[in-house]
Amino acid sequence: MNHIIVRKKTLSKENFLIEIKAPHVAERFQPGQFVIIRISETGERIPLTVADVNRGAKTITLIFQAVGRTTMELSTLNEGDPVLNCVGPLGNPSEIKKFGQVACVGGGTGIACIYPLVQALAKAGNEVTAIIGARNESLLILEKEMKAAATKTLIATDDGSKGHHGFVTEVLHKTIEAHRNSGGISRVITIGPVPMMKAAAEVTRPYKIPTIASLNTIMVDGTGMCGSCRAYIDGVMKLACIDGPEFDAHKVDFDDVLSRMEMFKVKEKQAVEHYQKITLEKE
Amino acid sequence: MKKKRIDLGGYRVQMQEQSPEKRIKNFQSVPLGYSQEEVVKEAKRCLQCKGIPCELDCPINMKILEMIREIAIENFEKAFFIIKEDNPIPAITGRVCPQEAQCEGVCPLYQRGHGINIGKLEAFVADWARLKGTKEKFQIKEKQQKVAVIGSGPAGISCAVDLRKFGYQVTMFEALHKAGGVLQYGIPAFRLPTEIVDYEISYLDEIGVDIRLDFFVGQNIKFSELRKEYDAIFIGTGAGAPLFMNIPGENLKGVYSANEFLIRVNLMKAYAFPKFDTPIVCGETIGVIGAGNVAMDAARCALRLGVEQVYILYRRTKKEAPARDEEIQHALEEGIVLKELISPNKFIGDDKGWLKEVELFNMELGDADASGRPRPIKIEGSEFILKMGTIVEALGSRPNRLFLDKAPELEVNKWGQIKVNNNLMTQIPGVYAGGDAVRGNATVILALGDGRQAAASIHKQIGSSRQSILKWE
Repeated sequence: MNHIIVRKKTLSKENFLIEIKAPHVAERFQPGQFVIIRISETGERIPLTVADVNRGAKTITLIFQAVGRTTMELSTLNEGDPVLNCVGPLGNPSEIKKFGQVACVGGGTGIACIYPLVQALAKAGNEVTAIIGARNESLLILEKEMKAAATKTLIATDDGSKGHHGFVTEVLHKTIEAHRNSGGISRVITIGPVPMMKAAAEVTRPYKIPTIASLNTIMVDGTGMCGSCRAYIDGVMKLACIDGPEFDAHKVDFDDVLSRMEMFKVKEKQAVEHYQKITLEKE
Repeated sequence: MKKKRIDLGGYRVQMQEQSPEKRIKNFQSVPLGYSQEEVVKEAKRCLQCKGIPCELDCPINMKILEMIREIAIENFEKAFFIIKEDNPIPAITGRVCPQEAQCEGVCPLYQRGHGINIGKLEAFVADWARLKGTKEKFQIKEKQQKVAVIGSGPAGISCAVDLRKFGYQVTMFEALHKAGGVLQYGIPAFRLPTEIVDYEISYLDEIGVDIRLDFFVGQNIKFSELRKEYDAIFIGTGAGAPLFMNIPGENLKGVYSANEFLIRVNLMKAYAFPKFDTPIVCGETIGVIGAGNVAMDAARCALRLGVEQVYILYRRTKKEAPARDEEIQHALEEGIVLKELISPNKFIGDDKGWLKEVELFNMELGDADASGRPRPIKIEGSEFILKMGTIVEALGSRPNRLFLDKAPELEVNKWGQIKVNNNLMTQIPGVYAGGDAVRGNATVILALGDGRQAAASIHKQIGSSRQSILKWE
C-alpha cells in the first residue's frame, strides 16, 4: 500500500516535514500515538510520531530529523513520491483533559511530537506553557505553530542564538517557580532526547508534579512482538510500543533507555555510510 | 518369515542436503529435495498398512496412503490434488511438521530408523505442482456474506482458502507489511524458503482473498465495529508476544528475545545488511536459551550471520528437547553446541552496558511435571560463569495482548489464550478462533486444521441458515 507524499517542507537543515496520504491512520489518530513506516522493499521499519492530522484530506503529517539511513532517504523524497508502508496509529493516546496549568517541554524533533499534545491540551481548556529548545535557532522547529497553539511559548537554545541561553529544563524550573503563587503547574509533559527528559523529570520530582515522558526507543514491529523497545518502569519491564509510549517520567530508568538506544549505533553508522556510497554511485 | 519382514521396506532414500560447511554460509534450504527417481523409490517402500496409522496420526488426517500410491506410479498431479483436498499448504507442512511425532513416527519402518519420509514426499509433490503451475481446480459460487480473517499465518491462510471455496467474501487483516505470519517472520528461509510462503500468499490473492497489510484490528478498527461489518470473524492472531526470563541484566545490550532476533533476520533480512537496512549485532559467542524449534532456528541463524561459537543453553537434556529431530540434528551437524542441564541466573554487563557474561546454575532432573517431562531442579551453590557476547531468549511466546486488550469482550484463560467451544467458536456468536491464539505454542499443522475447522463451522452457521431450518426441522 503506497502513501503518497502530498506536501513536503524543509524546516531546518536537519528537519523535514512530509504530509502523506494515510486514510486508515488519519481516521483514528489521537495525540500521543505514532506510526511505523518503511520506504522501500529493502527498507527498515522506523517509528515516527505523528505531528498533525487532517481527517478531511485523510493525511497525516510526519516531522523527522534526517540523521539515520532511512530518515536521510526519506528527506530526499518529494511531493508525489510514495512511502511504501505506514502502519498505525500505534501506542496509547495521551491523556487529554483539563489539568489546569500544564507545561509541555519539547526538545529537537521532540517539538514535533509534543505539538499535537499542546493543541489538544489547550483545546481541553488548559493553560499551556510550551517550552521548546534546540541546539541553535536554525534547528528550532514549529515556533510559529507552537505560539499559535500554546498560551505561552518559551524558547531555549544551547548556544543562546534564540531565547534562553541554555537548556529547556532551566526554563521549566523557572516556569514552575513562577506559577507557584498562581495555583502551580499541575502536569508536565516532556518529549525529546533522553537526557533532556531525564533532566526534566529531575526538575519536577522535588515539586511532586506528575510528569509524563514519551519514549522513543528502538522498535521493529511496534505491536508488542519483538520486545526491542522494552524499558524498566519502576523496576518492571514494559514495552514502549504497547504499554507506552508515554510513561510516568519519575519511574522511568532513563539510563537504561539511553543505553539500549545505542545497541545498533555501529551498524547505524555503517548503514549511513552505505547509503551515502550508493547515492554517490547513482549520481 | 522373520528375515523377510526385516527386508521389507528397505532403507530410506537418503535426502541430499547442503553440506554443513557450505550451508552455514547461506540461508538457502538445507534439504535439496528428492529427485523424481528418488521420490518414486521412496514411495514404493511403503508397506501399505491396513490400518493406515500414518493417516490416523496426522492431525488433519491427510490421505497419505493415497498420495504415496500416486507418487509410486509417477502420477504427481493426482497426488497433489489428493493432498490439497485436506491441506492448502503442503509445501509448508511437508517442511515444518514434526513428522517423527506424527505420521512418520507411527510408520512400522520408523522403529528401525527407516520410516517412510512422508514430509519430503509431501513437499516434493507440492513443489512439483508449484514449478509446473498446477493448481487445484474449483469453481467459486459467490456469496454475499463477508467474513473477516484476522492474522495471515497458517490458521488464517487455511481458513481463508476454505471460506473462499465456499464463496464468501473474505478480508484478511495483517499488521505487518508482509503476509504469512510466523511463516514469514519466524521460520528461517533455510528451513522454509521465502518464495514458498510468497507463493501461497499470492495464491490467496488469486482466489480473491482481500489482504489488507499494515492493518491492526483493534487499532485501525474497533473489534466491536468489525463485528458489525462482517457476518463472521476468524481470529488467527497467533502467539507473537515474547516471554522474558525476568532475571537481572535482561536489558543489557546484546540480549534479544528470539522474536526480535528472528524478525530482524527473517522478515527484515538483516543477514543481507547493509543491502537491507535493518541491522543486527552479535558477539563472537552467542547463547540461545531453550531447545524448541525457535531456539534451533535462532541458533542456526546466528551461525549463518557469522557468529563463531553458538551454544544452546538448555535446562533439561537433548532427550526432552521439544524441537523436531531434524532441527536438532541439523543444528548439531552445523557445529552448534548443546549445553544441557543449565539455566541462567543473571546476565552480567560491562561498564558500557553490553552483555559480557552469563551466570548459570547447574540443573538436575526430578519427577515428571505437567508436561510429562522430568522437572528441572536447580542445584544450589552450583553457579558458574560463561563468557557470552549475545543472548537470545527462546522461551516460548504467548498471544499478543495488544489485540486482546482491544477486544476485551473475548474470554481468555490465564495465559491469554482465547477460549473456544468444540466448533472453535468463542463465547461471542459468529466469532471463531484457532491456531496459537487458542493453543499457545503449537504447530503449523494444528493451526491449519483449526483454520479449516473454523471455516466449516462458519459455513454451517451462516451458509445455509435459512435452508437448514426448512430442510431439517
